[in-house]
Amino acid sequence: MNDALDVALRLVVVFAVFLVLPLVVGQTEHKVMAHMQGRLGPMYAGGFHGWAQLVADGVKFAQKEDVVPANADRRIFQLAPAVALLPYLLVLVAIPIGPGEGAVGVVVNAGIFFVLAVMGVGVLGSLMAGWASANKFSLLGGLRTAAQLLAYELPMLLAAASVAMAAGTVSLPGILDAFEWWWLPWQIVGALVFFVAGLAELQRPPFDMPVADSEIIFGAYTEYTGLRFALFLLAEYAGIVVLCGLTTVLFLGGWHGPFGADGLGWVWTLLKTAVLAFVVIWLRVSYPRLREDQLQKLAWTTLVPLALAQIALTGVVKVVIQ
Amino acid sequence: MTSVLSLAGPAGPGFLSPTGTEIAFLLVGVVTLAAAVVTVTTRQLVHAALWLVVALGGIAVEYLLLTAEFIAWVQVLIYVGSVVVLLLFGLMLTKAPIGRSPDADSGNRPAALVVAAAAAAALVWVVVDAFRTTWIDLDGPAQGTTRVSGEMLFRNWVLPFEALSVLLLAALVGAIVLSRKGDEDAEGKR
Repeated sequence: MNDALDVALRLVVVFAVFLVLPLVVGQTEHKVMAHMQGRLGPMYAGGFHGWAQLVADGVKFAQKEDVVPANADRRIFQLAPAVALLPYLLVLVAIPIGPGEGAVGVVVNAGIFFVLAVMGVGVLGSLMAGWASANKFSLLGGLRTAAQLLAYELPMLLAAASVAMAAGTVSLPGILDAFEWWWLPWQIVGALVFFVAGLAELQRPPFDMPVADSEIIFGAYTEYTGLRFALFLLAEYAGIVVLCGLTTVLFLGGWHGPFGADGLGWVWTLLKTAVLAFVVIWLRVSYPRLREDQLQKLAWTTLVPLALAQIALTGVVKVVIQ
Repeated sequence: MTSVLSLAGPAGPGFLSPTGTEIAFLLVGVVTLAAAVVTVTTRQLVHAALWLVVALGGIAVEYLLLTAEFIAWVQVLIYVGSVVVLLLFGLMLTKAPIGRSPDADSGNRPAALVVAAAAAAALVWVVVDAFRTTWIDLDGPAQGTTRVSGEMLFRNWVLPFEALSVLLLAALVGAIVLSRKGDEDAEGKR
């Protein structure tokens, strides 16, 4: 196939995935939360379980007036949602969903560093929003976001580094090629640390102190309306997809499965990602919000030591089996 | 950094027919330099931090163009992802105002200008002198992959690497000492 056409086709597919999967996660969240809380949620739009409610929500957001507060820093305020959303699109390009070179948007040599670096950029969007809104609640939300990111970036990196050590490569397809089933128990602590730190980085419950509605309304996003607010919501769901996809690729073996790894590898990747996304939603309904000091304590006194212990274990086992 | 290309000796390829990569390198260099200048001249504190993101990102792109992929992503991870976030955190703690901060300039402006110019001149001179005749073959196998960087670092440059980690450890210990000292003072005052 023509090279340029090939690249264009891959990017179109990644873009389509980027548009569809976050919405699916969003709709699943509505439904799962409703059923876990013993209620139905919107059931009429579209007929089957109210699936078209999501479309209706989108139309509603698009119709709303786009308000910029008078005292806000106009340009930064308007730029922030894009800064929050686009990094996740870039990350999605590098996540392999199947075996071989054909099943990844672009093969990035230093894949782990690429995805973690670009994910870190997304948080700048929340910080920009928090500062530019000229609102005390937004500023507090931005502050909490920054504090949370600083605390949880380190354990996430360390856990990812452990997998890179185990595989002897930092490329995501390379890690999947080196994967063996017994990595699962070997790297399980790292996997938990990575997932928890990722949840905190996405500000998902129980780590949603930066957007705690009972204290600071909606944190950095308080002043946003209409489409820009929807973009922030979309960024959160895209973040869930990216985090679950990354956890799948790094720790759960991606396209490896008990059977059918050759033709159906991508099904395994999607299945594992979907199960993790369900867990993310499940945690939201199950756990109360952590207080700010509990957040910091969890990161520095639990996750960082656990991640370091995982790295030590990885190193020891790696030396022993060589 | 752009001067490396323009000042390099006659031994390498000529300048009259620059390749696309070279043109891109120069353009990104200009953008990076402009962002850096705006960073230090703007009177809006948070804007300065955000222009710094552009400057640091531009440097990452320059690394990418020189095939040093690993260095580029680490640049984004450490500087954009952590250092700038820390900076913004500090600015928000001080409740940086929206709009101009008239007190952002101090009387040391001329001295700072002299130091910055001297540092820039020294760096440019050293880099140009060291890499005057070095050319990167962009068409061949990548010379800045993670593997190559790792081998260079841990075969040829282990001692500087270890010295740097000792420096960081010293900074860490220093930070702890400073913060603990503040604690005792506060308790004494109570």
